[in-house]
Amino acid sequence: MNETPAADGDMKETRPKVGLFVTCLVDIMRPTIGFAAVKLLEDAGCRVVVPSQTCCGQPAYNSGDRQTTKDLAKQAIDAFEDCDYVVVPSGSCGGMLATHYPELFNGEPEMAGKAERFAEKTHELVSFLTDVLGVDKVNARYSGVVGYHDSCAGLRELGVKKQPRRLLASVEGLELVELPEAETCCGFGGLFAAKYGELSNAIVSRKAADIGAAKVDTVLAGDLGCLLNMAGKLQREGSPIKARHVAEVLAGMGDLPAIGESQPERTR
Amino acid sequence: MSVIATTPKFKENVHAALIDARLQGALSFSRNFTNRRAAAAERLPEFEALRDSARAIKDHTLAHLDLYLDAYEQKVRESGGQIHYAEDAEEARRIIIDLCKSFGAKSVTKGKSMIAEEIGLNDALEAAGMEPVETDLGEYIIQLRHEAPSHIIAPAIHVTKKDVEEEFRKAHRDLPANRDLSQPEQLLAEARAILRAKFLAADVGITGANFLIAETGTSIIVTNEGNGDLTQILPKAHIVIASIEKIVPTLEDAAQLLRVLARSATGQDASVYTTLSTGPRRPDDPDGPSAYHVVILDNGRSNMLGGEFEDMLRCIRCGACMNHCPVYQAVGGHAYGWVYPGPMGAVLTPSLIGVAEGGQLPNASTFCGRCEQVCPVRIPLPKLMRHWREREFERRLSPAPLRYGLAFWAFFARRPALYRFATSIAARSLNLLGRGKGRLSWAPLAGGWTDYRDLAAPQGRTFQSQWRAKSGAVK
Amino acid sequence: MNARDAIFANIRRSLGVKGDEAPRRFEVEARLAKAPPGVVPNRGQGDVEARLATFKAEAERAQATVEVVESLNDAPEAVARFLRDNNCPATLRMGADARLAAMAWGATALEILHGASDGHDLNATAFAFAGIAETGTLALVSGPDNPTTLNFLPDNEIVILKKDEIVADYESVFAKMRGAYGKGGTPRTLNFVTGPSRSADIEQTLLLGAHGPRRLHIVIVG
Repeated sequence: MNETPAADGDMKETRPKVGLFVTCLVDIMRPTIGFAAVKLLEDAGCRVVVPSQTCCGQPAYNSGDRQTTKDLAKQAIDAFEDCDYVVVPSGSCGGMLATHYPELFNGEPEMAGKAERFAEKTHELVSFLTDVLGVDKVNARYSGVVGYHDSCAGLRELGVKKQPRRLLASVEGLELVELPEAETCCGFGGLFAAKYGELSNAIVSRKAADIGAAKVDTVLAGDLGCLLNMAGKLQREGSPIKARHVAEVLAGMGDLPAIGESQPERTR
Repeated sequence: MSVIATTPKFKENVHAALIDARLQGALSFSRNFTNRRAAAAERLPEFEALRDSARAIKDHTLAHLDLYLDAYEQKVRESGGQIHYAEDAEEARRIIIDLCKSFGAKSVTKGKSMIAEEIGLNDALEAAGMEPVETDLGEYIIQLRHEAPSHIIAPAIHVTKKDVEEEFRKAHRDLPANRDLSQPEQLLAEARAILRAKFLAADVGITGANFLIAETGTSIIVTNEGNGDLTQILPKAHIVIASIEKIVPTLEDAAQLLRVLARSATGQDASVYTTLSTGPRRPDDPDGPSAYHVVILDNGRSNMLGGEFEDMLRCIRCGACMNHCPVYQAVGGHAYGWVYPGPMGAVLTPSLIGVAEGGQLPNASTFCGRCEQVCPVRIPLPKLMRHWREREFERRLSPAPLRYGLAFWAFFARRPALYRFATSIAARSLNLLGRGKGRLSWAPLAGGWTDYRDLAAPQGRTFQSQWRAKSGAVK
Repeated sequence: MNARDAIFANIRRSLGVKGDEAPRRFEVEARLAKAPPGVVPNRGQGDVEARLATFKAEAERAQATVEVVESLNDAPEAVARFLRDNNCPATLRMGADARLAAMAWGATALEILHGASDGHDLNATAFAFAGIAETGTLALVSGPDNPTTLNFLPDNEIVILKKDEIVADYESVFAKMRGAYGKGGTPRTLNFVTGPSRSADIEQTLLLGAHGPRRLHIVIVG
């Protein structure tokens, strides 16, 4: 996809400059998701950069600390200033950046304007590939029966529903089945899972039962928070069902140890 | 507030609900409501447009509530009805008790009313020596059990048929021990017979109102059983208790709201009985109450107007939000500890009883957003719950460990270089703690998680440190 | 300050108004006077035959039973037959509605009683004010012609409805009502009835005849 020249002044560079907002969870817990995102974006003709970044601010936002949230938002907006797009392998953080940032600055026209422009160029990863770059298939193999969990924020804030299914349909060897209650919350909710552990457990237990009922061997989603929650419950119950991020499977990295399985000391 | 809230003990309530096997079995029924609502919405092409219309009508009415309330009042008087105003629960109880006494009431039948629950009316009637009889079958059942409703549309959804049989055998003294009451039809027949006698004997009938129409001075009740109708037309006096935001301008406006109400609540295109009542019986009426009284209750709602939580006043009490809520589906309504459960309860309760008492509820949400998705009047429930969390944070009501934890996190998040350093250490240490298994069954400060779930161990090196190492450049 | 004044004052303070602002008053008066309709579903629309078909389908969906007879004089036999078919006793209570009075009840074996019900009637009949095709709903108004208690106390209710009084939607019933009772006027009670009484309060099991009639039979005439 050759679009407008990149802002860094190199007149020969026509690929879109995509800033990867990797998210705290991916950064700390499972970087392979980030590398999968990079591969998918580069394969689709993007130039990927990773500005120095921290947190989108959602934990503070959902805890009622607006000031911290605004400080972190300003930081993120500035860090990605010179990117054509900001792409996020998470519907939850993506929703924060793309739908909540502008309303943070109600009453501050200049910052609100910046936040609006930032929000407009921010996309969740899979829907960016399909809806903006026009990708309709990937070159990957995955041998397994897969259920896809629709993470709440991605689904309801960003409209991510058909796009992952469309790309998964092109993965050779992958059989996609619909999970019962695919759109029902897994009970993660960020800090909710720790604050209301027993309640969160009740909800994720139901989700684990729904996943089990579908007789899949793999559950995929676009949000590492949901995946850690579901994997953690499935494993505590002794289930053999593996959890992976959809980006990893689409990028052909479906043979990595699944979430919660033994990790190699160093990733590539 | 006369109705004591156990909301501060939400976590204990949750625990009790989760270990209650009968309740858990009964709660599995609540999942049916979601399918039915979806089917009803699917069947009506104009459904989304009706939601927008309903929302607009409520917003318009709230913005002009004083004028519509005044117009409503005039029409009530014109039609021979009487109207009373109550600022709070105590005043409402006093007005109703005084009215009942003026009618020499011994027995008072009641249609389902959440406002009556809110003001603790039944206890007050009993204390005044009168017998309140709930006539909605679900409400009757929980009245026998001395319980509050656990759902605003299906108040006994948490009760099994065995529970009902037990209660009837205890309460209905003329019930022969050998009568078969094992099936719902038999229980219904028993309830119908008992309550029929109560309907006919009542001196006063008290109902709520789904809507009050300003154009005509009319109160609307919506039921499937017909109990509200028998409550309001048989006794010599009918008392309507309703809160200020029940006003809608015109008959046409009521039709807009009625079209989304039943579909959102139970998936019916129309409830069996939608009844418009205006004033006492007319000179040539052979039936109907001789006296018609409306008690209008504020109880904190006028304070919500023009403020952050104003959108909550659009609520038409359909119950769709709680039907679709994963938290409600897990624990049912009683865990919320007060009158209103589910997402609408989480937003309304702190408004009515204060955030210090009610603050647990807006915190106990994953913000999955399904409530907002199905709300017929498009109330942004998660956003309003977040506003409550902001209020708590400002007033330092959130628990100290959470505040310190967030401050700790924010300290690093504000400083990218320090963040990269600290997260590298955390990733490395937790990875080692996982000892090659790839997951932890315990981690420091993570009891809320690891008591129930394993925690995947980090892969070992953060993404940013690997990226920098690969690209070699420092941005 | 009494409660009414306190509440109004608080509403106005919260809204930031004094209450006498002309534009607001004008908007409210205009809406009350014009009563603009909102979104009206297409479902009930169409000509007489289309509305009949929709009405019948929707009423049956709500567990009412429906039959169509040619003329008013066929109604008494239809009512008698319905009661026989359901093993109901041959008694029938009705109000003073002239259209009912004009029917040949004498040709049936039914014992006819007049007036409001006191709870001892098993069967009653009423003449509908209108039918609403959109949801298969009957509109019934209070008064000596068709006392409201007839719609709720008996076990079985048979409602007579003229085919050409089946309107498309609720808005049409309101227009008809305004025609009969004046703008801003209503009967004491307007019942919209869709099917027989029901409850699902016991383990979500759907049961008919919770407190109101177990059976609702609609005889459409014309």
